[in-house]
Amino acid sequence: MSVLIYAENADGKFKKSIFEAVSYAKAIAAQNNTTLVALSIGNVAAAELSALGKYGAEKVLNVSNDKLKSFVNQAYASVIAEAAKKEGSTIVVLSNSFSGKGLAPRIAVKLGAGLSDGAVSLPDAGARFTVKKSVFSGKAFAVVELTSENKVVSLTPNSYKLVETGGNATVEDFTSDLKDSDFKTIIKDIVKATDKVSLPDAELVVSAGRGLKGPENWGMIEELANLLGAATACSKPVSDAGWRPHSEHVGQTGIAISPNLYIAIGISGAIQHLAGVSSSKVIVVINKDPEAPFFKVADYGIVGDAFEVVPKLIEAVKQLKAS
Amino acid sequence: MKILVCISNVPDTTTKITFTDNNTQFNTAGVQFILNPYDEIALSRAVELAEGGKGTVTVINVGEVSTEPTIRKALAVGADEAVRINAKPHDAYFVAYQIAEYAKDKAFDMILTGRESIDYNGAKVAGMIGELLDIPSVSIIKKLDVDGTTATVDREIESGKEVITIPFPFVAGTAEGVAEWKIPNMRGIMSARTKPLTVVEPKEVKTLSEILSFETPAPRGQVKLVPADDAAKLIDLLHNEARVF
Ligand SMILES: Cc1cc2nc3c(=O)[nH]c(=O)nc-3n(C[C@H](O)[C@H](O)[C@H](O)COP(=O)(O)OP(=O)(O)OC[C@H]3O[C@@H](n4cnc5c(N)ncnc54)[C@H](O)[C@@H]3O)c2cc1C
Ligand SMILES: Cc1cc2nc3c(=O)[nH]c(=O)nc-3n(C[C@H](O)[C@H](O)[C@H](O)COP(=O)(O)OP(=O)(O)OC[C@H]3O[C@@H](n4cnc5c(N)ncnc54)[C@H](O)[C@@H]3O)c2cc1C
Repeated sequence: MSVLIYAENADGKFKKSIFEAVSYAKAIAAQNNTTLVALSIGNVAAAELSALGKYGAEKVLNVSNDKLKSFVNQAYASVIAEAAKKEGSTIVVLSNSFSGKGLAPRIAVKLGAGLSDGAVSLPDAGARFTVKKSVFSGKAFAVVELTSENKVVSLTPNSYKLVETGGNATVEDFTSDLKDSDFKTIIKDIVKATDKVSLPDAELVVSAGRGLKGPENWGMIEELANLLGAATACSKPVSDAGWRPHSEHVGQTGIAISPNLYIAIGISGAIQHLAGVSSSKVIVVINKDPEAPFFKVADYGIVGDAFEVVPKLIEAVKQLKAS
Repeated sequence: MKILVCISNVPDTTTKITFTDNNTQFNTAGVQFILNPYDEIALSRAVELAEGGKGTVTVINVGEVSTEPTIRKALAVGADEAVRINAKPHDAYFVAYQIAEYAKDKAFDMILTGRESIDYNGAKVAGMIGELLDIPSVSIIKKLDVDGTTATVDREIESGKEVITIPFPFVAGTAEGVAEWKIPNMRGIMSARTKPLTVVEPKEVKTLSEILSFETPAPRGQVKLVPADDAAKLIDLLHNEARVF
């Protein structure tokens, strides 16, 4: 057997969340006394591919085929499942990215595997393969056992540390037979904000709510985020009102994130909002109302007017960066 | 156009989550159940697309009889008929398998699910149905338009979106942006009582996963408050104490 990690690239580069998933897959391979094989699909340079070795991949299978240049869910799932079969991989690991969410269930069905989505911890090393995941929108965790012979695990970004093993990976070309029926979807356009830190991957997030009064006041939020290298987020009423794009809406009905730092400015801390952010490692709340429920789940707080506090924070970050 | 919308019955978003039986069972005592908010968005869009005789909307739920109030709510929003697969949803594969078995010979043009359920948050039923039926699946979509027998969707990606076309039939997991939530009117509520709700017995299927136990997150310590006139202190604490940057 072996463990297979699908290493998704973003414009030819691997993100930190992928190296986390490689480190995680390496630890699973070690638990099972076996090797780690990585699979890359798309155009990735040789040096970047061998970087997967640094985090524990012994071998990298490289699929570069013009038809697979951009993401096609069904076709990618077929290639990954085929690689798993050829390599005798009984455990397949992916990052729980947007693409990973599309792929994992299809791969699991192809392999007759149980799927543990959004894992936040290593499997238990005992006789039973159990993985912890977040459930009830961040309000609890479930310990899930995969009882099938084959297993698929997708890892939540920013929930496993990077572990450099210092190894070198050999890179091999991998070809597979592509079925036309896997190419029914066609990408017409890709719209990306390239100058921004992407929210699901972000380690630091600056978020603001209705307390900011209007879209014209987001300048200071963006300035603070830029200085910190943070992504921006918002509460639901803010995106509903069109003050900010829907892609920034976090919470139960938006996206769930688990950054190292979440700064909530002028957000009351409604239970539906908390559902999406409560697994952040450090939470900072800035709110003029000392009774705002958000303070109950915060690590640090300032009771004060955002319009006075945020400019001071910006000054302090500038000074810190200058020192 | 024949549309199938998969609906799940989930605890209301304000529910305090607790467990019983040594943390192995979700405690449903006093819990109000609702139609999963994302499924409601999918349903609202399906009803819009089918309006004016352009199509029919069937909703399907895998659940025990206790989910019927939620199914009736979906009928009140505008679905034409409902199906309940009479079983406890054991795992996502079980759910996807039952839905695929029901759908396989009914020629649905479009099968919609929510992006994820707000209880088990798997985001996996859509992809599994797609694979079982060997048709395309797209998750997560934020816009859905139909032209003839092709749909155009916006797929969410990190910091942006992809615009994709997909021919019928396909499966898609929908999120906010696809439609506004529809509030059932009196006529909808009245007619929901008489719309057909068919109960189908489940097919046998292998169990692939099992929830062994639940845990609640460790409570955070007391909040450390910094005076508003000393905001710089907060940056100092984040840098030197929490070490987050
Ligand atoms: C089914 C359902 C799903 C939902 N899903 C989500 C979700 O995913 N995400 C989400 O965010 N919400 C969600 N909500 C809405 C949620 O219940 C709250 O209404 C929402 O989070 C409130 O947003 P807010 O905190 O920005 O606004 P408010 O609750 O209005 O809070 C504004 C805060 O700003 C503070 N404030 C005002 N002025 C200032 C100032 N000058 N300086 C500092 N602070 C100031 C106020 O004290 C207040 O605490 C959902 C609701 C439902 C029913
Ligand atoms: C009463 C109950 C008992 C359960 N018991 C167990 C158990 O003993 N062991 C265990 O491992 N798990 C159990 N589960 C969890 C159950 O397996 C999951 O709800 C199911 O696998 C779907 O996975 P998900 O919630 O992650 O769905 P997701 O993939 O997040 O759901 C995506 C979409 O799929 C559709 N969908 C999801 N569930 C259903 C459904 N039931 N019917 C129709 N459409 C649906 C909806 O459109 C939803 O938006 C139980 C759930 C319930 C409600």
